[in-house]
Amino acid sequence: MAPVHGLLSAAVDTYAAHQALLGPLPGLHAEDLRRRIADSGLTGRGGAGFPAARKLAAVAERGGGVVVANGAEGEPASSKDRTLLMAAPHLVLDGLALAARAVGAKSAYLYAPDDVLAASIEPALKQRRDRIKVIPLASADTFISGQETAVVAAIHGLRAVPMQTPPPMYVKGVRGKPTLVQNVETLAQIALIARYGAGWFRDHGTADEPGSRLLTISGSVQAPDVYEVPGGTTLGDALSWAGGASEPLQAVLVGGYHGRWIPWTSATTGLALSKAALAPYDAGPGAGVIIALPQRRCGLEAAASIATYLAGQNAGQCGPCRNGLPTIADHLNDLARGRNAVKAHNEALRLIGSVDGRGACHHPGGSARMVRSALGTFRQEVELHVKGKCTGQHGPGRATA
Amino acid sequence: MNTRLLIDWTRCEARGLCIELVPEVLTADDWGYPLSRHGDVTLPIPAPAIRYAEEAVRECPRLALRLIED
Repeated sequence: MAPVHGLLSAAVDTYAAHQALLGPLPGLHAEDLRRRIADSGLTGRGGAGFPAARKLAAVAERGGGVVVANGAEGEPASSKDRTLLMAAPHLVLDGLALAARAVGAKSAYLYAPDDVLAASIEPALKQRRDRIKVIPLASADTFISGQETAVVAAIHGLRAVPMQTPPPMYVKGVRGKPTLVQNVETLAQIALIARYGAGWFRDHGTADEPGSRLLTISGSVQAPDVYEVPGGTTLGDALSWAGGASEPLQAVLVGGYHGRWIPWTSATTGLALSKAALAPYDAGPGAGVIIALPQRRCGLEAAASIATYLAGQNAGQCGPCRNGLPTIADHLNDLARGRNAVKAHNEALRLIGSVDGRGACHHPGGSARMVRSALGTFRQEVELHVKGKCTGQHGPGRATA
Repeated sequence: MNTRLLIDWTRCEARGLCIELVPEVLTADDWGYPLSRHGDVTLPIPAPAIRYAEEAVRECPRLALRLIED
């Protein structure tokens, strides 16, 4: 049976077709499975990019745990998890069953938007006879609903908002048990790695970003959509998958709303989507979100509208985030509209430095660093706004958010 | 071995007791919430301040504080 080429090549309707294409689940023992995943170099595809094998090992060594497939994807600019769950539900469910075996889990959940569960996951579960019973659970439609601790809160029947750690989820998660929360794309990759091996996985991508990865490319490109690309693909090649830019660009937001603005130049188009190549920009591949910003749009205004959204998505639990993010967004909106621009700029910078690390989750820090990267990447725009000018078609003074 | 102050931000309501007891480590942000005076969010506690940090942990009206050793 020839290997499929990647995740989206394994898109089939029924379990019978899935098995015909991929064969049955391989009968690897937990330890062999974990070694194969370790050898593959697979990293988490939910955003943090943590080595999958180390996360598995932490839960496996404690035993008797819980596994959760996380398809919440609260990020508005991301649709790769939805695309994958709709196209290849059995691949994700295979990965979940394998992850459960790899860590010796006693229960399993699949957490995703309710329409995805109804249209794809529940019908798929009816066709399968997994040794472990998978409980589907609807995710909330909020930005932070997919944060690991928020997922555990949701399983506990609570509002899907982050909980304070430590202890980490791999020590004490669902019902106090060691818990593995793994992104659905990561699990689908495990389903292929278990079948075809670490070498097959490493045939795609680069040494430091092995395997394929799903990207959601949006903004000013010809064909915004989800694409499966080799790991370590350059920014320029990533945009080519989406048909290339549809108009002159000035920057790309890499990593989504918690990501970083990278100026679009002949040099940056050659940047690989890898942790190493993006480190100088304090960026990373994250969950594979790329938004192309056209030259005609004011970068500060674009960043301000995202900052306003993120401020509204704070859970209301932690003071520094609840107070800090709306105030940072207000200052950025003032700067974007040229109101008290100097003061707005200085105050935004001061507050960005004070919210990072002061909350139960990464929402304050991730949001603040997106704003800081906007102030750096669009610094010429900042100088213009101080003088009451703007390169965008909608100048300061006009409502743009 | 470092002693660090851990704040449960989901409990903290800016009562400010910790800021009064451990001013060498904490100051208040614009809204009265504890903020590292020296910019280190991991809040290491220097040895002479540990007994005051322990008092803050005991007395915090929101039970939002813990000391950890790492």
